[in-house]
Amino acid sequence: MAHKAAWLRIGSLVAPKLGFFLITLWAALTVNFLIPRLMPGNAVDGFLGRVQGRVNGASLDALRATLGVGTTDNIFQQYLTYLNATLHLDFGVSLTFFPQSVSEVIAQSIPWTLALVGASTVLAFVLGTGLGIVAGWKWKRADTFLTPFGAFISSMPYFWFGLIVITIFSVDLGWFPGYGGYDPTLTIGWTPEFIASALYHAVLPAVTIVITAMGAWLVGMRNMMKSVTVEDYILLARAKGLKQGRVMWSYAARNALLPNVSGFALSLGFVVSGAILTEVVFSYPGIGQVLYQAIGNRDYLLMQAVFLIITVTVLTLNLLSDLVYLWLDPRARGGRS
Amino acid sequence: MKNKIGLIGLGFFVLLAILGPLFAPYDPSASSADILQGPSPAHLFGTTQQGQDVFSQFLVGAGPTLLVGFLGAAVATVLAVIVGITSGYFRGPLGETLALTSNVFLVLPTLPLLIVIVGYFPDGGALFLGLVIGITSWAFGARVIRAQTLTLRSRDYVDAARAVGDSSVKIFVFDLVPGLVPVIASSFLFGVAYSILTMTGLEFLGLTNLSNWTWGVMLFWTQNNAAYQQGAWWWYVPPGLAIALVGFFLSLLNFGSSERSRGSARRKRVPAANAPVLVPGTVPGTVAGGEVA
Repeated sequence: MAHKAAWLRIGSLVAPKLGFFLITLWAALTVNFLIPRLMPGNAVDGFLGRVQGRVNGASLDALRATLGVGTTDNIFQQYLTYLNATLHLDFGVSLTFFPQSVSEVIAQSIPWTLALVGASTVLAFVLGTGLGIVAGWKWKRADTFLTPFGAFISSMPYFWFGLIVITIFSVDLGWFPGYGGYDPTLTIGWTPEFIASALYHAVLPAVTIVITAMGAWLVGMRNMMKSVTVEDYILLARAKGLKQGRVMWSYAARNALLPNVSGFALSLGFVVSGAILTEVVFSYPGIGQVLYQAIGNRDYLLMQAVFLIITVTVLTLNLLSDLVYLWLDPRARGGRS
Repeated sequence: MKNKIGLIGLGFFVLLAILGPLFAPYDPSASSADILQGPSPAHLFGTTQQGQDVFSQFLVGAGPTLLVGFLGAAVATVLAVIVGITSGYFRGPLGETLALTSNVFLVLPTLPLLIVIVGYFPDGGALFLGLVIGITSWAFGARVIRAQTLTLRSRDYVDAARAVGDSSVKIFVFDLVPGLVPVIASSFLFGVAYSILTMTGLEFLGLTNLSNWTWGVMLFWTQNNAAYQQGAWWWYVPPGLAIALVGFFLSLLNFGSSERSRGSARRKRVPAANAPVLVPGTVPGTVAGGEVA
């Protein structure tokens, strides 16, 4: 009996999160559907004109479904065709990478982005939060330096900083490669040389992302620590005679961490945005680079598919972090208002 | 103290934006034969690949950059206030639906969306840019304002106003808004920094109308003309540094004012757990904002 009750409880907590995920997913799909139909006609016609000669039957249909031109179906039928195509991951053909399909292009590039962005974000979170804990605790000296530092680096344009990093460490000092994801003379595969080359090429982009993203976590954590230090349980811990370090980490930091964790989920969307710019700057072969090239070619089909994929990824990660937060904070499970 | 530095710094840039074009020695688009020269008495910030004067571009570009920043933040804040107060005050289906809408918009990644939208309008001007940025970034502020409204609406004076029969609008304006001012101000400042960084990103990608000079457009040309490989630091450092400084002063202002209000919040201890805290860190690459207890 206890088993069943436990499952019911878990279900009732998870269900709203899942529901939210599905609603947002639907919203994203609909926004993606509406955008080309709200845009000035000549843009879309121009695209169709460029694509016309090279695309045949089935792909042309997918195109029409997504962009909403050259079809006699009414808008609801178009919507259904579009939803159907999307669920089958049929996004049509890409103009930029012709004759590859949009799905192929995305499938090739997304692992790079996930690897780079994933690793860098986690690193930035850990570093920023750690430094924020130090700054927020009682170390005045660290605080007066760290906080303005954090504020400044989080105000820098991502890509500007990246370009400067390239200039110093790649062009001038020649320590690291300034562009590409890997050595082009190597074949792609899970070989040690390739992996080493990939890591080598990832250093500068990752460092850029980490430094710019870290500032935000630092400041957030420091603020939370400051407000937590006035709480009674900290006073009690100190009165009990626990060591400073122990109180800082096990008591203050643990509680101050929670909003940062939920903030982490929110930030994912923005990190993806920043990653796009970073990839452009470093010519890194991820999905941001794909989007950039699509822009240059006004390849609307590809642009919209990328937007959709990015959105779905962010939503999924968001859902996962929501669930993690539920697991981390017992108070969140006790019925929210 | 932080307040003062932030205000002075910001004031300097605003002055620069307003008076800049008056002091520009050259037409920013005018090319010359002096290609890629370093800083000199004739060209304080050096020249570009086309022999244009970087200093003039910088001065002329300051105004539009800050303008779009303020415009985007203004649009976003107005929307955030409307949605935030309404969803926080009305608890029923209206409130819940609006809250849900805010959360949905919050999670959707804005830059890709903006890229697609702006991509369709290559000739859009500053007004269009500010508007679009504002429309896609209101959700953050709305959520914070909603949280604060929820706290305020349970206060005695709001109950009193309702008992007396004041209309909702009257309650909004005279009872709720005064308590929300710190949060709204913080949200606005945060929004300015965010707008500037977002527009700069879009300009860097070459999506906007390149004939309007802004700091972001300057950076687009630096990338396009390989300024970094050619070591033309005088060209790319000023615009990027200026953007970073503007954001920095904005966040100092935000800090300063939140520290002041936190002093009074300390006396009334508010549980930090479930209230959505305005975690400044959630927008990497932008400025730290204030805090909601």
